[in-house]
Amino acid sequence: MAEVASSAKPDARVAPRRRSAFRRLLRHPSGSLGLFLSLLFVALAVVGPYLTPFDADRQNYLKLNQAPSAEHWLGTDQFGRDTFSRVLAGARTSIGIGVAAKLLGALVGGVWGLWSGYAGSWVDAVSMRLVDVLLAFPGLLLAIGLIAITGPGVGPVIVASAVFGVPIFARLVRGSVLGAKERVFIEAARGLGAGHVRIMFGHLLPAVIAPVIVYATLRIGVTMLVAAGLSFLGLGVQPPTAEWGSMLSQAQLYLRLDPWMAFAPGIAITLAVLGFNLLGDGLRDVLDPTLRA
Amino acid sequence: MLLLYLLRRLVQAIPTLLGVAILMFLFVRALPGDPARLYAGLDATPAEVTAVRERFGLDRSLPAQFGLYLGSLARGELGRSFRSDRPITELLERHFRATLTLSLIAIALAMIVGVGLGVIAAVRRGSLTDLGVTIGSILGISAPSFFVGILLIYVFAVQWRLFPVAGSLTWSGMVLPAVTLAAGAIGTVARFTRSSLLEVMGEDFVRTARAKGIHPRTVLRKHVLKNALIPVITITGLQFGFLLSGAVIVETVFNFPGLGWLLIQSIEARDYPVIQALMLVFSVQFVLINLLADVLYAAVDPRISYG
Repeated sequence: MAEVASSAKPDARVAPRRRSAFRRLLRHPSGSLGLFLSLLFVALAVVGPYLTPFDADRQNYLKLNQAPSAEHWLGTDQFGRDTFSRVLAGARTSIGIGVAAKLLGALVGGVWGLWSGYAGSWVDAVSMRLVDVLLAFPGLLLAIGLIAITGPGVGPVIVASAVFGVPIFARLVRGSVLGAKERVFIEAARGLGAGHVRIMFGHLLPAVIAPVIVYATLRIGVTMLVAAGLSFLGLGVQPPTAEWGSMLSQAQLYLRLDPWMAFAPGIAITLAVLGFNLLGDGLRDVLDPTLRA
Repeated sequence: MLLLYLLRRLVQAIPTLLGVAILMFLFVRALPGDPARLYAGLDATPAEVTAVRERFGLDRSLPAQFGLYLGSLARGELGRSFRSDRPITELLERHFRATLTLSLIAIALAMIVGVGLGVIAAVRRGSLTDLGVTIGSILGISAPSFFVGILLIYVFAVQWRLFPVAGSLTWSGMVLPAVTLAAGAIGTVARFTRSSLLEVMGEDFVRTARAKGIHPRTVLRKHVLKNALIPVITITGLQFGFLLSGAVIVETVFNFPGLGWLLIQSIEARDYPVIQALMLVFSVQFVLINLLADVLYAAVDPRISYG
């Protein structure tokens, strides 16, 4: 009896707290708006390319730079391609690259921080110096430098936008690991004969992952801005692939003639980034009130 | 005391800057192909390539090469652009002034407008004004600067013809680029000012001041603002560092001849010595600005010991 009670107790405590965190997020006005927008754009990234009324890459030289109409809701571009279709098709490229880069950055930075914090001593000292060096490049710069070496393309843009987040995640995880590795359950795991890899990934990782998830969500918006910025600069996704940043850079040339060519992808990316930013802020408010800024 | 703190922070920054120099040194060596060829230019003769290899010591070991590189950095030599065959320092000087002017105007805008909006929002907490500022600042943070810039061009240059389409180092040519560059920073500073103010307004000493019958405006000015604006300084300093790199996109949108514009031009031309020098300059600036923000923070807040 006593055993049943004690084993049921923690579960009963954990479960409602998680549910209520989600409910609190739904009641959080801007957080729930962010959740809605993020889900909408993720859904668009998945199904968007199948919903296009026209083939996003089909050129039509009889209908160049048309204004919005019943047939072409957002008009057409300089090759007569349907702008609405291209924005829908671009959702997959733009959001996909942003999310992929964020996951890659969180993964590499997370493992780096985990290893650095767990190993301690000179490994930690050297690797944190390296983090300082990477953080010495403001914003886009590191990403631009990398692409100057590799050349443009979808792969390079994902890696370059990921690199941007790696040192931040490494430092975040390393800080949490330093606190967690002194706790009793780690000592217990070591006492039971668990190896380093098992302690790092089986015991330390679950203990430090919550802030990483919040932070990763918080930063998806920034990563999307970096990735789209690279494509805008001509260093990322190359035409004719539909991507919001590169669409905007094309549209700037036809601004006088066809402003909708710029408005459509611009509004799409702003709303998507806004959604992820609001969701991240909401998650932070709900899960960790001490972080509120 | 403060001077000592500044010196200590400078010394602490040395390993980071050295690391940046190593990374930039490796940057050119990581490029596919022979660095001597890259330095000599794409249409150089074999004899010229050999001459460059000897001049830069590229036939020696990597550590020896790095020593030479550091030596030339210490003498302020950044090499020559192989596109224009002019000393890079000369190129940098010309474009640096443009970027610095643009960033200074933008950071001043961010400070004045951002702090102003943040204070108004905090004082009228819960009002429509507060909601408007909150929505405006999150939009400013979320909208990509290249879209903000294009929108401003469309409204103010194409439709109303108030400003030129392209940026330049004239007053009218700087307005749109500066506002574009400042947009994100205004949002960040406004949001941060608002929450910092609200936090201080909830403190006991503010309630005490009010209870003593001090005029609410005096409480705001002398008790709240003085304390709430201290962390805003750090945030603004950090924003300034990011502005300098945000300039890469804004300068491209407006075809504004600053360092960021030069960087993109150099990448298109594969002018590697210039890319290398620019990355170095951007990161050194960034490190120094962050350091200055820290020192300024320590200087204005008497509670901070120079630890």
